[in-house]
Amino acid sequence: MTLLDVRGLTVRTADGRTLVDDLSFTVGSGERLGLIGESGSGKSLTTLAILGLLPTGMTASGSVELAGTQIVGAPEKRLTAVRGRDAAVVFQEPLTALDPLMRVGRQIAGPLARRTGLRGPALRSAVLDGLEQVRLPDPERVARAFPHEISGGQRQRVALAMALACAPALLIADEPTTALDVSVQAEILTLLDTLVAEREMAVLFVSHDLAVVARVTDRALVLKDGRCVEEGPVLDVVGAPRAPYTKTLVDGARTLQAALDLRSSR
Amino acid sequence: MTPADLLTRAPAPARRRGRSVTLAVGVTLAGLIALLALVSLVWLPYATDDTSGGRLAPPGDGHLLGTDKLGRDLFTQLMTGSRIAVEAGLGSVAIAALIGVTLGVLAAFAQGWLDDTLAAFLDILIAFPTLLLAMLVVAARSATLGSAVLAIGLAQSAVVARLVRILVKRVLAEDYVTAARTSGTSWPRTVAGHVLPNIWPTLVVNLALQFGLAVLAEAGLSYLGLGAPPPNASWGRMLQEAQATFTTAPAGALAPGVLLVLLVVGVNLIADGLRDTLDPATRGRRS
Repeated sequence: MTLLDVRGLTVRTADGRTLVDDLSFTVGSGERLGLIGESGSGKSLTTLAILGLLPTGMTASGSVELAGTQIVGAPEKRLTAVRGRDAAVVFQEPLTALDPLMRVGRQIAGPLARRTGLRGPALRSAVLDGLEQVRLPDPERVARAFPHEISGGQRQRVALAMALACAPALLIADEPTTALDVSVQAEILTLLDTLVAEREMAVLFVSHDLAVVARVTDRALVLKDGRCVEEGPVLDVVGAPRAPYTKTLVDGARTLQAALDLRSSR
Repeated sequence: MTPADLLTRAPAPARRRGRSVTLAVGVTLAGLIALLALVSLVWLPYATDDTSGGRLAPPGDGHLLGTDKLGRDLFTQLMTGSRIAVEAGLGSVAIAALIGVTLGVLAAFAQGWLDDTLAAFLDILIAFPTLLLAMLVVAARSATLGSAVLAIGLAQSAVVARLVRILVKRVLAEDYVTAARTSGTSWPRTVAGHVLPNIWPTLVVNLALQFGLAVLAEAGLSYLGLGAPPPNASWGRMLQEAQATFTTAPAGALAPGVLLVLLVVGVNLIADGLRDTLDPATRGRRS
């Protein structure tokens, strides 16, 4: 079943520049699609357009159908109902994606209460469950902490817990590991992988990092200047790139890898 | 202790103490005036229209600070003056906060030409002199404390609205607002849950400063006879009345002047102290 159906999505600024150009792709339920591209390629805008959250001044045209709801041009009320329930987002920078003045527990409690209608002690224990599911040690302490009082990796786990609290059909991960240390990156990816598999969630994984996308997703789509240059099974895209742009990306990644191999073999 | 330790560690506790001292001194000064104001509600040394003390009596002898040129007890007038000053400050700030925050939040959501128009409108309102506005209000109503407070509150609401507009715009651009929106939080809930709490620390400091300014403005209006009418002694009118006899009986002008300074300085110190204690990020760093 098709969960997300994007057809001819085009995003333009107020002064007429085209940032996403006639983009089409689908994500089936339970499927994992990687969106690859460097900064400025329009991948983050695509994720925002899927939720009808484009920055002011930008307009989307074309069609975005999320779980049967047309997003482009939908009224705010319908969008609010769709967001969280059908798709939730984990952002790149967990420090700025968490409210600095709100305790972590309350930030997770918000979407959780809206979805489940829980209150009081039941809500509290559900929040602690949510924190435990993302393998946070000492959830009681974390729930009471402000975002600046926990580490970067812990913050991203909290952000993940917030997104999962919505129990969305589609999880949109917008560069979820880019801002993290390499060792923490691997942990978060494994966690994301397990949690999504357990819940049979669909994933739209946005990243500039080929290796990360190859690890998490089944299918990949390469974006350049807002256009799709290549799409296919992730192993084909990474193993035998057809588009010249994808080749450059893969070669770049391989050069780095080779440098690492060379150093470690010495 | 190495020199490096001195550089990195020593200033921190000193600054921490400095901050709490600021707050404590501010609370003490403003609290003193607030106490006078509260006591004046239930007890005064003399009735406000009691002129039995004789004209310009020196301090002491039944009159702590002496009497004014009409024979009224100065300390009694100072006490009712404190009440009026505190009322003026609280009333003006309440009006300014109510109108300013509402207008500021709405203006922050406005787009395009409406946004520009509102911003220009607020700037014009701020440029309009408070004194003129007060005269207009007094002319339209009458010279009462209420009129003065209304005028001051209206003038300040423009300042508050402009500040709130900028603060809200900044918060709306933050990732956590987008994050809240992606999880299906409606606009009203986002504003109540994320926007207002995040502008609160800056806002409350500014409101404390506005309180001090309102007290000064009320004294200014009373000095010109546009404030509370007699027999409610306002510090501003006491200053004006004691002006002519300043050389012979300086207490009449000095006392309200000193109290005015104490209250305004006290409130400003509170604002400074609050600035640091309200931000959990700095709270965390200090502990």
